[in-house]
Amino acid sequence: MTDVSHLIELLTVLLLAIFVGFEVISKVPTTLHTPLMSATNAIHGIVLAGAIVIVAELFGANLNGPALTILAIAAVTLGAINVFGGFAVTERMLQMFKGKERGR
Amino acid sequence: MSDIDVAISLANLVAIALFIYGLHELNSPATARRGNRLAMVGMAIALAAILVKSGTIGWWAILVGVAIGAAIGIVAALKVKMTAMPQMVALYNGAGGGAAALISSVEFYVARGGTVQMNDVIAVSLVLSAIIGAVSFAGSIIAFLKLQEVMTGRPVTYPGQQVVNAVIVLGILALGAWFVVTIGALPVWAYLVLMLGALMLGVLFVLPIGGADMPVVISLLNSCTGVAVAITGFEIDSVLLVICGALVGASGTILTVAMSRAMNRPLTNVLFGAFGATGGMETATASGGAQQIRTASADDVALMLAYASKVIFVPGYGMAVAQAQHSVKALADQLEKRGVKVLYAIHPVAGRMPGHMNVLLAESNVPYNQLLDMEDVNPEFATTDVALVIGANDVTNPAARNVPSSPIYGMPILDVDKASNVVVLKRSMRSGFAGIENPLYEMPNCSMLFGDAKASVDELTAAVKAV
Repeated sequence: MTDVSHLIELLTVLLLAIFVGFEVISKVPTTLHTPLMSATNAIHGIVLAGAIVIVAELFGANLNGPALTILAIAAVTLGAINVFGGFAVTERMLQMFKGKERGR
Repeated sequence: MSDIDVAISLANLVAIALFIYGLHELNSPATARRGNRLAMVGMAIALAAILVKSGTIGWWAILVGVAIGAAIGIVAALKVKMTAMPQMVALYNGAGGGAAALISSVEFYVARGGTVQMNDVIAVSLVLSAIIGAVSFAGSIIAFLKLQEVMTGRPVTYPGQQVVNAVIVLGILALGAWFVVTIGALPVWAYLVLMLGALMLGVLFVLPIGGADMPVVISLLNSCTGVAVAITGFEIDSVLLVICGALVGASGTILTVAMSRAMNRPLTNVLFGAFGATGGMETATASGGAQQIRTASADDVALMLAYASKVIFVPGYGMAVAQAQHSVKALADQLEKRGVKVLYAIHPVAGRMPGHMNVLLAESNVPYNQLLDMEDVNPEFATTDVALVIGANDVTNPAARNVPSSPIYGMPILDVDKASNVVVLKRSMRSGFAGIENPLYEMPNCSMLFGDAKASVDELTAAVKAV
Protein backbone atom coordinates (compact mmCIF):
# COMPACT_ATOMS: atom_id res chain seq x y z
CA MET A 1 0.00 0.00 0.00
CA THR A 2 1.35 3.40 -0.85
CA ASP A 3 1.79 6.17 1.67
CA VAL A 4 -0.78 8.30 -0.09
CA SER A 5 -3.54 5.72 0.02
CA HIS A 6 -2.77 5.08 3.68
CA LEU A 7 -3.02 8.81 4.39
CA ILE A 8 -6.36 8.98 2.60
CA GLU A 9 -7.56 6.03 4.65
CA LEU A 10 -6.67 7.81 7.87
CA LEU A 11 -8.34 11.01 6.66
CA THR A 12 -11.49 9.01 5.86
CA VAL A 13 -11.50 7.55 9.34
CA LEU A 14 -10.99 11.06 10.77
CA LEU A 15 -13.91 12.45 8.81
CA LEU A 16 -16.26 9.64 9.82
CA ALA A 17 -15.20 9.92 13.46
CA ILE A 18 -15.97 13.64 13.41
CA PHE A 19 -19.47 12.96 12.08
CA VAL A 20 -20.07 10.20 14.61
CA GLY A 21 -18.83 12.52 17.36
CA PHE A 22 -21.24 15.29 16.36
CA GLU A 23 -24.17 12.87 16.11
CA VAL A 24 -23.56 11.15 19.44
CA ILE A 25 -22.60 14.19 21.46
CA SER A 26 -25.31 16.54 20.25
CA LYS A 27 -27.78 14.20 22.01
CA VAL A 28 -26.19 14.74 25.42
CA PRO A 29 -28.50 16.95 27.56
CA THR A 30 -27.19 20.20 29.05
CA THR A 31 -27.61 18.69 32.52
CA LEU A 32 -24.71 16.38 31.75
CA HIS A 33 -22.40 18.83 30.00
CA THR A 34 -19.83 18.90 32.80
CA PRO A 35 -19.52 15.09 33.03
CA LEU A 36 -19.51 14.98 29.21
CA MET A 37 -16.57 17.33 29.14
CA SER A 38 -14.61 15.41 31.76
CA ALA A 39 -15.42 12.08 30.08
CA THR A 40 -14.22 13.30 26.70
CA ASN A 41 -11.23 14.69 28.53
CA ALA A 42 -10.48 11.21 29.80
CA ILE A 43 -10.92 9.78 26.32
CA HIS A 44 -8.32 12.12 24.87
CA GLY A 45 -6.11 10.64 27.56
CA ILE A 46 -5.59 7.94 24.92
CA VAL A 47 -2.64 10.17 24.14
CA LEU A 48 -1.03 8.00 26.86
CA ALA A 49 -0.90 5.22 24.27
CA GLY A 50 1.06 7.59 22.05
CA ALA A 51 3.41 8.37 24.91
CA ILE A 52 4.03 4.64 25.45
CA VAL A 53 4.80 4.21 21.75
CA ILE A 54 7.26 7.07 21.89
CA VAL A 55 9.05 5.64 24.95
CA ALA A 56 9.45 2.34 23.14
CA GLU A 57 10.74 4.17 20.07
CA LEU A 58 13.18 6.22 22.10
CA PHE A 59 14.63 3.27 24.00
CA GLY A 60 14.60 1.10 20.90
CA ALA A 61 16.73 3.70 19.12
CA ASN A 62 19.19 3.77 22.03
CA LEU A 63 18.89 7.52 22.18
CA ASN A 64 17.87 7.64 25.79
CA GLY A 65 19.96 10.49 27.10
CA PRO A 66 18.77 11.92 30.41
CA ALA A 67 16.96 14.93 28.95
CA LEU A 68 15.06 12.90 26.36
CA THR A 69 14.20 10.21 28.88
CA ILE A 70 12.77 12.82 31.23
CA LEU A 71 10.72 14.34 28.41
CA ALA A 72 9.34 10.92 27.49
CA ILE A 73 8.52 10.06 31.10
CA ALA A 74 6.84 13.45 31.46
CA ALA A 75 4.70 12.66 28.42
CA VAL A 76 3.64 9.35 30.00
CA THR A 77 2.94 11.06 33.33
CA LEU A 78 0.79 13.78 31.78
CA GLY A 79 -1.10 11.21 29.73
CA ALA A 80 -1.70 9.09 32.84
CA ILE A 81 -2.94 12.09 34.84
CA ASN A 82 -5.34 12.77 32.00
CA VAL A 83 -6.69 9.20 31.78
CA PHE A 84 -6.93 8.24 35.45
CA GLY A 85 -7.97 11.65 36.76
CA GLY A 86 -10.47 12.19 33.96
CA PHE A 87 -12.31 8.90 34.45
CA ALA A 88 -12.19 9.10 38.26
CA VAL A 89 -13.66 12.58 38.40
CA THR A 90 -16.35 11.70 35.85
CA GLU A 91 -17.32 8.65 37.88
CA ARG A 92 -17.49 10.77 41.03
CA MET A 93 -19.78 13.30 39.39
CA LEU A 94 -22.07 10.78 37.77
CA GLN A 95 -22.56 8.99 41.10
CA MET A 96 -24.29 12.13 42.30
CA PHE A 97 -26.89 12.34 39.56
CA LYS A 98 -29.97 10.65 40.91
CA GLY A 99 -33.46 10.50 39.51
CA LYS A 100 -35.48 10.25 42.68
CA GLU A 101 -34.54 11.05 46.20
CA ARG A 102 -33.66 8.08 48.31
CA GLY A 103 -34.71 7.43 51.88
CA ARG A 104 -37.86 9.45 51.70
CA MET B 1 0.56 -8.61 9.68
CA SER B 2 1.58 -10.99 12.41
CA ASP B 3 -0.98 -12.63 14.67
CA ILE B 4 -0.02 -10.28 17.49
CA ASP B 5 -0.61 -7.24 15.27
CA VAL B 6 -4.01 -8.58 14.27
CA ALA B 7 -4.94 -9.14 17.91
CA ILE B 8 -3.83 -5.62 18.80
CA SER B 9 -5.82 -4.08 15.95
CA LEU B 10 -8.91 -6.02 17.02
CA ALA B 11 -8.43 -4.86 20.62
CA ASN B 12 -8.31 -1.27 19.34
CA LEU B 13 -11.49 -1.86 17.39
CA VAL B 14 -13.26 -3.07 20.54
CA ALA B 15 -11.94 -0.05 22.46
CA ILE B 16 -13.24 2.35 19.81
CA ALA B 17 -16.66 0.71 19.88
CA LEU B 18 -16.74 1.04 23.67
CA PHE B 19 -15.75 4.73 23.53
CA ILE B 20 -18.48 5.58 21.05
CA TYR B 21 -21.14 3.53 22.80
CA GLY B 22 -20.03 4.94 26.16
CA LEU B 23 -20.46 8.48 24.87
CA HIS B 24 -23.85 7.50 23.49
CA GLU B 25 -24.92 6.34 26.96
CA LEU B 26 -24.16 9.82 28.27
CA ASN B 27 -27.37 10.97 26.58
CA SER B 28 -29.34 10.38 29.78
CA PRO B 29 -28.46 10.74 33.46
CA ALA B 30 -29.89 7.26 34.05
CA THR B 31 -27.35 5.53 31.79
CA ALA B 32 -24.46 7.99 31.97
CA ARG B 33 -22.57 6.15 34.68
CA ARG B 34 -22.59 2.93 32.69
CA GLY B 35 -21.36 4.93 29.70
CA ASN B 36 -18.38 6.21 31.63
CA ARG B 37 -17.55 2.70 32.82
CA LEU B 38 -17.75 1.32 29.28
CA ALA B 39 -15.32 4.00 28.17
CA MET B 40 -13.02 3.01 31.07
CA VAL B 41 -13.07 -0.61 29.91
CA GLY B 42 -12.29 0.57 26.39
CA MET B 43 -9.35 2.57 27.69
CA ALA B 44 -8.03 -0.41 29.67
CA ILE B 45 -8.22 -2.64 26.58
CA ALA B 46 -6.51 -0.06 24.37
CA LEU B 47 -3.70 0.54 26.86
CA ALA B 48 -3.18 -3.18 27.48
CA ALA B 49 -2.87 -3.71 23.73
CA ILE B 50 -0.30 -0.96 23.33
CA LEU B 51 1.73 -2.36 26.25
CA VAL B 52 1.77 -5.78 24.64
CA LYS B 53 2.95 -4.19 21.42
CA SER B 54 5.74 -2.14 22.95
CA GLY B 55 6.94 -5.18 24.91
CA THR B 56 9.53 -4.66 27.59
CA ILE B 57 11.43 -1.86 25.87
CA GLY B 58 11.69 1.05 28.30
CA TRP B 59 9.27 -0.64 30.68
CA TRP B 60 10.61 1.12 33.75
CA ALA B 61 10.11 4.56 32.19
CA ILE B 62 6.51 3.68 31.36
CA LEU B 63 5.94 2.26 34.83
CA VAL B 64 7.37 5.34 36.55
CA GLY B 65 5.33 7.71 34.38
CA VAL B 66 2.06 5.82 34.76
CA ALA B 67 2.52 5.37 38.53
CA ILE B 68 3.15 9.07 39.13
CA GLY B 69 0.44 10.19 36.73
CA ALA B 70 -2.20 7.78 38.03
CA ALA B 71 -1.47 8.74 41.64
CA ILE B 72 -1.70 12.47 40.93
CA GLY B 73 -4.78 12.11 38.74
CA ILE B 74 -6.78 9.88 41.08
CA VAL B 75 -5.93 11.72 44.29
CA ALA B 76 -6.83 15.05 42.71
CA ALA B 77 -10.07 13.60 41.30
CA LEU B 78 -11.16 12.30 44.70
CA LYS B 79 -10.22 15.44 46.63
CA VAL B 80 -11.47 18.20 44.36
CA LYS B 81 -14.54 20.12 45.46
CA MET B 82 -17.42 20.17 43.02
CA THR B 83 -17.26 23.98 42.94
CA ALA B 84 -13.67 23.68 41.71
CA MET B 85 -14.57 21.32 38.87
CA PRO B 86 -13.89 23.86 36.08
CA GLN B 87 -10.25 24.34 37.06
CA MET B 88 -9.81 20.59 37.60
CA VAL B 89 -11.07 19.84 34.10
CA ALA B 90 -8.83 22.62 32.78
CA LEU B 91 -5.81 20.91 34.37
CA TYR B 92 -6.61 17.45 32.98
CA ASN B 93 -7.12 19.08 29.64
CA GLY B 94 -3.75 20.83 29.87
CA ALA B 95 -2.15 17.49 30.76
CA GLY B 96 -3.46 15.94 27.54
CA GLY B 97 -2.24 18.88 25.45
CA GLY B 98 1.14 18.82 27.16
CA ALA B 99 1.51 15.09 26.52
CA ALA B 100 0.77 15.61 22.81
CA ALA B 101 3.40 18.38 22.61
CA LEU B 102 6.00 16.26 24.43
CA ILE B 103 5.35 13.24 22.19
CA SER B 104 6.05 15.39 19.16
CA SER B 105 9.16 16.86 20.73
CA VAL B 106 10.63 13.45 21.57
CA GLU B 107 9.74 12.25 18.07
CA PHE B 108 11.54 15.28 16.65
CA TYR B 109 14.74 14.41 18.51
CA VAL B 110 14.49 10.72 17.67
CA ALA B 111 14.01 11.53 13.98
CA ARG B 112 17.14 13.70 14.03
CA GLY B 113 19.03 10.58 15.08
CA GLY B 114 17.89 9.03 11.81
CA THR B 115 16.34 5.87 13.24
CA VAL B 116 12.80 6.99 12.46
CA GLN B 117 11.98 7.67 8.85
CA MET B 118 10.62 11.21 8.49
CA ASN B 119 8.26 12.02 5.66
CA ASP B 120 6.08 14.97 4.81
CA VAL B 121 2.97 13.57 6.53
CA ILE B 122 4.86 12.97 9.76
CA ALA B 123 6.54 16.39 9.55
CA VAL B 124 3.24 18.25 9.10
CA SER B 125 1.42 16.33 11.83
CA LEU B 126 4.38 16.47 14.20
CA VAL B 127 4.69 20.24 14.07
CA LEU B 128 0.93 20.80 14.20
CA SER B 129 0.34 18.59 17.22
CA ALA B 130 3.35 20.13 18.96
CA ILE B 131 2.01 23.66 18.42
CA ILE B 132 -1.65 22.96 19.24
CA GLY B 133 -0.72 20.79 22.21
CA ALA B 134 1.56 23.48 23.64
CA VAL B 135 -1.08 26.21 23.15
CA SER B 136 -3.67 24.02 24.85
CA PHE B 137 -1.28 23.20 27.70
CA ALA B 138 -0.30 26.79 28.44
CA GLY B 139 -3.83 28.10 27.91
CA SER B 140 -5.27 25.51 30.28
CA ILE B 141 -2.74 26.41 32.97
CA ILE B 142 -3.73 30.09 32.73
CA ALA B 143 -7.42 29.13 32.81
CA PHE B 144 -6.68 27.08 35.94
CA LEU B 145 -4.85 29.99 37.60
CA LYS B 146 -7.72 32.34 36.81
CA LEU B 147 -10.43 29.97 38.03
CA GLN B 148 -8.46 29.11 41.16
CA GLU B 149 -8.13 32.88 41.70
CA VAL B 150 -4.38 32.62 41.96
CA MET B 151 -4.50 35.44 39.43
CA THR B 152 -7.26 37.91 38.65
CA GLY B 153 -10.32 36.56 36.87
CA ARG B 154 -10.77 39.90 35.14
CA PRO B 155 -9.51 40.27 31.59
CA VAL B 156 -5.85 41.25 31.46
CA THR B 157 -5.28 43.75 28.69
CA TYR B 158 -2.41 45.96 27.61
CA PRO B 159 -1.80 48.26 24.66
CA GLY B 160 -0.75 46.51 21.48
CA GLN B 161 -2.04 43.15 22.68
CA GLN B 162 -3.38 42.11 19.28
CA VAL B 163 -0.17 43.20 17.56
CA VAL B 164 1.96 41.12 19.93
CA ASN B 165 -0.30 38.10 19.38
CA ALA B 166 -0.17 38.59 15.60
CA VAL B 167 3.64 38.74 15.65
CA ILE B 168 3.82 35.52 17.68
CA VAL B 169 1.37 33.77 15.34
CA LEU B 170 3.40 34.86 12.31
CA GLY B 171 6.61 33.66 13.96
CA ILE B 172 5.06 30.28 14.71
CA LEU B 173 3.77 29.98 11.16
CA ALA B 174 7.17 30.86 9.71
CA LEU B 175 9.06 28.35 11.88
CA GLY B 176 6.38 25.75 11.25
CA ALA B 177 6.70 26.24 7.51
CA TRP B 178 10.48 25.95 7.81
CA PHE B 179 9.98 22.66 9.69
CA VAL B 180 7.70 21.26 7.00
CA VAL B 181 9.82 22.40 4.05
CA THR B 182 12.96 20.81 5.51
CA ILE B 183 10.91 17.73 6.51
CA GLY B 184 11.77 18.03 10.15
CA ALA B 185 15.41 19.02 9.76
CA LEU B 186 15.04 22.15 11.87
CA PRO B 187 17.95 23.28 14.06
CA VAL B 188 17.24 22.49 17.70
CA TRP B 189 17.29 26.17 18.70
CA ALA B 190 14.62 26.97 16.12
CA TYR B 191 12.45 24.12 17.39
CA LEU B 192 12.80 25.42 20.95
CA VAL B 193 11.86 28.94 19.83
CA LEU B 194 8.83 27.46 18.08
CA MET B 195 7.72 25.65 21.26
CA LEU B 196 8.34 28.73 23.38
CA GLY B 197 6.24 30.78 20.96
CA ALA B 198 3.39 28.27 21.12
CA LEU B 199 3.45 28.29 24.93
CA MET B 200 3.43 32.11 24.96
CA LEU B 201 0.53 32.15 22.53
CA GLY B 202 -1.45 29.89 24.85
CA VAL B 203 -0.80 32.22 27.78
CA LEU B 204 -1.54 35.43 25.91
CA PHE B 205 -4.65 33.96 24.32
CA VAL B 206 -6.37 33.18 27.62
CA LEU B 207 -5.12 36.22 29.61
CA PRO B 208 -7.58 38.75 28.14
CA ILE B 209 -10.60 36.48 28.65
CA GLY B 210 -12.69 37.19 31.74
CA GLY B 211 -14.10 34.80 34.33
CA ALA B 212 -17.67 34.68 33.06
CA ASP B 213 -16.44 33.72 29.59
CA MET B 214 -14.60 30.70 30.99
CA PRO B 215 -17.28 28.19 29.87
CA VAL B 216 -16.38 29.07 26.28
CA VAL B 217 -12.64 28.95 26.85
CA ILE B 218 -12.69 25.60 28.63
CA SER B 219 -14.80 24.09 25.87
CA LEU B 220 -12.47 25.49 23.24
CA LEU B 221 -9.33 24.21 24.99
CA ASN B 222 -11.02 20.81 25.29
CA SER B 223 -11.57 20.84 21.57
CA CYS B 224 -7.96 21.96 20.94
CA THR B 225 -6.53 19.04 22.89
CA GLY B 226 -8.81 16.70 20.96
CA VAL B 227 -7.45 18.09 17.69
CA ALA B 228 -3.86 17.80 18.95
CA VAL B 229 -4.46 14.15 19.85
CA ALA B 230 -6.07 13.37 16.49
CA ILE B 231 -3.07 14.89 14.70
CA THR B 232 -0.70 12.92 16.95
CA GLY B 233 -2.55 9.88 15.57
CA PHE B 234 -1.34 10.83 12.08
CA GLU B 235 2.17 11.37 13.42
CA ILE B 236 2.54 7.92 14.99
CA ASP B 237 0.14 6.22 12.57
CA SER B 238 -2.52 5.25 15.10
CA VAL B 239 -6.18 4.97 14.04
CA LEU B 240 -7.08 4.84 17.72
CA LEU B 241 -5.68 8.29 18.45
CA VAL B 242 -7.22 9.74 15.30
CA ILE B 243 -10.71 8.55 16.27
CA CYS B 244 -10.50 9.49 19.95
CA GLY B 245 -9.10 12.91 19.09
CA ALA B 246 -11.87 13.47 16.55
CA LEU B 247 -14.58 12.50 19.06
CA VAL B 248 -13.23 14.95 21.63
CA GLY B 249 -12.71 17.66 19.04
CA ALA B 250 -16.35 17.30 17.98
CA SER B 251 -17.56 17.38 21.57
CA GLY B 252 -15.51 20.46 22.42
CA THR B 253 -16.73 22.21 19.29
CA ILE B 254 -20.39 21.48 20.08
CA LEU B 255 -19.97 22.84 23.60
CA THR B 256 -18.07 25.91 22.40
CA VAL B 257 -20.79 26.78 19.91
CA ALA B 258 -23.55 26.11 22.47
CA MET B 259 -21.85 28.39 25.00
CA SER B 260 -21.26 31.32 22.71
CA ARG B 261 -24.81 30.97 21.41
CA ALA B 262 -26.10 31.11 24.98
CA MET B 263 -24.29 34.42 25.35
CA ASN B 264 -25.44 35.62 21.94
CA ARG B 265 -21.90 36.65 21.14
CA PRO B 266 -19.83 35.41 18.24
CA LEU B 267 -16.85 33.31 19.31
CA THR B 268 -14.43 35.95 18.04
CA ASN B 269 -16.00 38.50 20.41
CA VAL B 270 -15.58 36.17 23.38
CA LEU B 271 -11.97 35.43 22.49
CA PHE B 272 -10.78 38.86 21.45
CA GLY B 273 -13.34 41.23 22.96
CA ALA B 274 -11.92 41.29 26.54
CA PHE B 275 -15.56 41.56 27.61
CA GLY B 276 -16.04 43.28 30.95
CA ALA B 277 -12.58 44.84 31.01
CA THR B 278 -13.88 48.39 30.74
CA GLY B 279 -17.65 47.97 30.98
CA GLY B 280 -17.64 48.24 34.77
CA MET B 281 -16.15 51.67 34.80
CA GLU B 282 -18.36 53.03 32.06
CA THR B 283 -21.61 52.08 33.76
CA ALA B 284 -20.35 53.29 37.10
CA THR B 285 -19.93 56.79 35.73
CA ALA B 286 -22.99 56.66 33.51
CA SER B 287 -25.47 55.55 36.13
CA GLY B 288 -24.34 57.99 38.77
CA GLY B 289 -27.12 57.69 41.30
CA ALA B 290 -28.10 54.44 42.96
CA GLN B 291 -30.87 52.29 41.50
CA GLN B 292 -34.27 52.52 43.17
CA ILE B 293 -34.53 49.15 44.81
CA ARG B 294 -36.54 47.52 47.56
CA THR B 295 -34.92 45.37 50.20
CA ALA B 296 -36.70 42.63 52.08
CA SER B 297 -35.97 40.88 55.33
CA ALA B 298 -35.46 37.13 55.54
CA ASP B 299 -38.76 36.83 57.40
CA ASP B 300 -40.69 38.62 54.64
CA VAL B 301 -39.18 36.37 52.01
CA ALA B 302 -39.76 33.25 54.11
CA LEU B 303 -43.47 34.07 54.36
CA MET B 304 -43.64 34.60 50.63
CA LEU B 305 -41.95 31.25 50.01
CA ALA B 306 -43.91 29.31 52.63
CA TYR B 307 -47.28 30.27 51.17
CA ALA B 308 -46.27 29.91 47.53
CA SER B 309 -47.46 27.05 45.39
CA LYS B 310 -44.54 27.10 42.99
CA VAL B 311 -41.00 28.37 43.58
CA ILE B 312 -38.15 28.37 41.07
CA PHE B 313 -34.56 28.62 42.23
CA VAL B 314 -32.22 30.39 39.85
CA PRO B 315 -28.62 29.57 40.80
CA GLY B 316 -25.57 31.33 39.42
CA TYR B 317 -21.86 31.44 40.05
CA GLY B 318 -22.50 33.27 43.34
CA MET B 319 -24.04 30.08 44.70
CA ALA B 320 -20.86 28.18 43.85
CA VAL B 321 -18.62 30.84 45.38
CA ALA B 322 -20.62 30.80 48.64
CA GLN B 323 -20.74 26.95 48.59
CA ALA B 324 -24.47 27.40 49.15
CA GLN B 325 -25.73 24.36 47.19
CA HIS B 326 -26.40 22.23 50.28
CA SER B 327 -28.22 25.09 52.00
CA VAL B 328 -30.31 25.59 48.89
CA LYS B 329 -31.33 21.94 48.97
CA ALA B 330 -32.23 22.21 52.67
CA LEU B 331 -34.48 25.18 51.92
CA ALA B 332 -36.07 23.30 49.03
CA ASP B 333 -36.73 20.34 51.35
CA GLN B 334 -38.49 22.61 53.83
CA LEU B 335 -40.64 24.09 51.09
CA GLU B 336 -41.50 20.71 49.61
CA LYS B 337 -42.56 19.52 53.04
CA ARG B 338 -45.12 22.31 52.96
CA GLY B 339 -46.32 21.18 49.56
CA VAL B 340 -44.58 23.86 47.53
CA LYS B 341 -43.50 22.77 44.05
CA VAL B 342 -39.78 23.46 43.63
CA LEU B 343 -37.88 23.69 40.35
CA TYR B 344 -34.42 24.87 39.38
CA ALA B 345 -33.73 27.04 36.35
CA ILE B 346 -30.29 26.48 34.86
CA HIS B 347 -28.94 28.93 32.30
CA PRO B 348 -26.43 27.29 29.93
CA VAL B 349 -23.63 29.67 30.91
CA ALA B 350 -24.37 29.85 34.63
CA GLY B 351 -21.12 29.06 36.44
CA ARG B 352 -17.67 28.65 35.00
CA MET B 353 -18.08 25.63 32.75
CA PRO B 354 -20.93 24.04 30.78
CA GLY B 355 -23.34 22.32 33.16
CA HIS B 356 -21.52 23.53 36.29
CA MET B 357 -24.70 24.29 38.29
CA ASN B 358 -26.19 20.88 37.54
CA VAL B 359 -23.20 19.14 39.07
CA LEU B 360 -23.33 21.28 42.21
CA LEU B 361 -27.04 20.68 42.72
CA ALA B 362 -26.67 16.98 41.98
CA GLU B 363 -23.97 16.95 44.66
CA SER B 364 -26.50 18.19 47.20
CA ASN B 365 -28.95 15.48 46.09
CA VAL B 366 -31.31 17.51 43.95
CA PRO B 367 -32.95 14.97 41.61
CA TYR B 368 -32.01 15.75 38.02
CA ASN B 369 -35.63 15.91 36.85
CA GLN B 370 -36.03 19.13 38.85
CA LEU B 371 -33.13 20.75 36.98
CA LEU B 372 -34.65 22.48 33.99
CA ASP B 373 -32.73 24.14 31.21
CA MET B 374 -33.64 27.51 29.80
CA GLU B 375 -36.09 26.45 27.06
CA ASP B 376 -38.03 24.22 29.43
CA VAL B 377 -38.19 26.54 32.40
CA ASN B 378 -38.97 29.89 30.79
CA PRO B 379 -42.68 29.12 30.17
CA GLU B 380 -42.94 28.13 33.85
CA PHE B 381 -42.15 31.57 35.27
CA ALA B 382 -45.54 33.06 34.37
CA THR B 383 -47.23 30.62 36.76
CA THR B 384 -44.56 30.91 39.44
CA ASP B 385 -45.14 32.66 42.74
CA VAL B 386 -41.53 33.28 43.67
CA ALA B 387 -38.37 33.17 41.59
CA LEU B 388 -35.43 33.05 43.99
CA VAL B 389 -32.27 34.26 42.26
CA ILE B 390 -29.16 33.04 44.08
CA GLY B 391 -25.94 34.63 42.91
CA ALA B 392 -26.99 34.98 39.30
CA ASN B 393 -27.10 38.38 37.62
CA ASP B 394 -26.52 38.88 33.90
CA VAL B 395 -28.46 35.74 32.92
CA THR B 396 -31.60 37.29 34.48
CA ASN B 397 -31.16 40.78 33.05
CA PRO B 398 -34.28 41.83 31.08
CA ALA B 399 -32.19 44.47 29.30
CA ALA B 400 -31.03 41.58 27.12
CA ARG B 401 -34.62 41.44 25.80
CA ASN B 402 -35.58 45.07 25.41
CA VAL B 403 -32.61 47.47 25.55
CA PRO B 404 -30.91 47.36 22.16
CA SER B 405 -28.02 49.51 23.43
CA SER B 406 -27.18 47.03 26.19
CA PRO B 407 -23.96 45.05 25.67
CA ILE B 408 -25.87 41.85 26.37
CA TYR B 409 -28.84 42.70 24.13
CA GLY B 410 -30.07 39.57 22.36
CA MET B 411 -28.59 37.14 24.87
CA PRO B 412 -31.18 34.52 25.79
CA ILE B 413 -32.08 34.96 29.46
CA LEU B 414 -34.15 33.33 32.15
CA ASP B 415 -37.46 35.22 32.30
CA VAL B 416 -37.51 35.56 36.08
CA ASP B 417 -39.26 38.95 35.85
CA LYS B 418 -42.40 37.14 34.64
CA ALA B 419 -42.83 35.49 38.03
CA SER B 420 -45.26 37.11 40.49
CA ASN B 421 -42.40 37.84 42.86
CA VAL B 422 -38.68 37.90 42.32
CA VAL B 423 -36.27 37.77 45.24
CA VAL B 424 -32.62 38.39 44.50
CA LEU B 425 -30.01 37.13 46.93
CA LYS B 426 -26.96 39.24 46.40
CA ARG B 427 -23.86 40.19 48.30
CA SER B 428 -24.12 43.89 47.42
CA MET B 429 -25.42 46.17 44.69
CA ARG B 430 -22.20 45.75 42.73
CA SER B 431 -22.99 45.03 39.12
CA GLY B 432 -22.41 41.59 37.62
CA PHE B 433 -19.30 40.39 35.90
CA ALA B 434 -20.02 42.29 32.73
CA GLY B 435 -20.51 45.51 34.69
CA ILE B 436 -24.00 45.99 33.33
CA GLU B 437 -26.76 47.47 35.43
CA ASN B 438 -29.69 45.09 35.90
CA PRO B 439 -33.11 46.83 35.53
CA LEU B 440 -34.71 43.74 37.07
CA TYR B 441 -33.81 45.11 40.49
CA GLU B 442 -35.98 48.22 39.96
CA MET B 443 -39.06 46.29 38.91
CA PRO B 444 -42.06 46.49 41.27
CA ASN B 445 -42.23 42.71 41.76
CA CYS B 446 -38.57 42.45 42.73
CA SER B 447 -37.00 42.70 46.15
CA MET B 448 -33.43 42.24 47.30
CA LEU B 449 -32.04 40.23 50.18
CA PHE B 450 -28.45 41.28 50.79
CA GLY B 451 -25.76 39.12 52.33
CA ASP B 452 -23.66 36.03 51.74
CA ALA B 453 -25.73 33.57 49.71
CA LYS B 454 -25.21 30.65 52.09
CA ALA B 455 -26.00 32.71 55.20
CA SER B 456 -29.12 34.18 53.57
CA VAL B 457 -30.44 30.82 52.44
CA ASP B 458 -29.82 29.31 55.90
CA GLU B 459 -31.73 32.22 57.43
CA LEU B 460 -34.60 31.63 55.02
CA THR B 461 -34.69 27.94 55.89
CA ALA B 462 -34.88 28.71 59.61
CA ALA B 463 -37.58 31.32 59.02
CA VAL B 464 -39.66 28.97 56.84
CA LYS B 465 -39.41 26.31 59.56
CA ALA B 466 -40.76 28.85 62.06
CA VAL B 467 -43.74 29.84 59.90
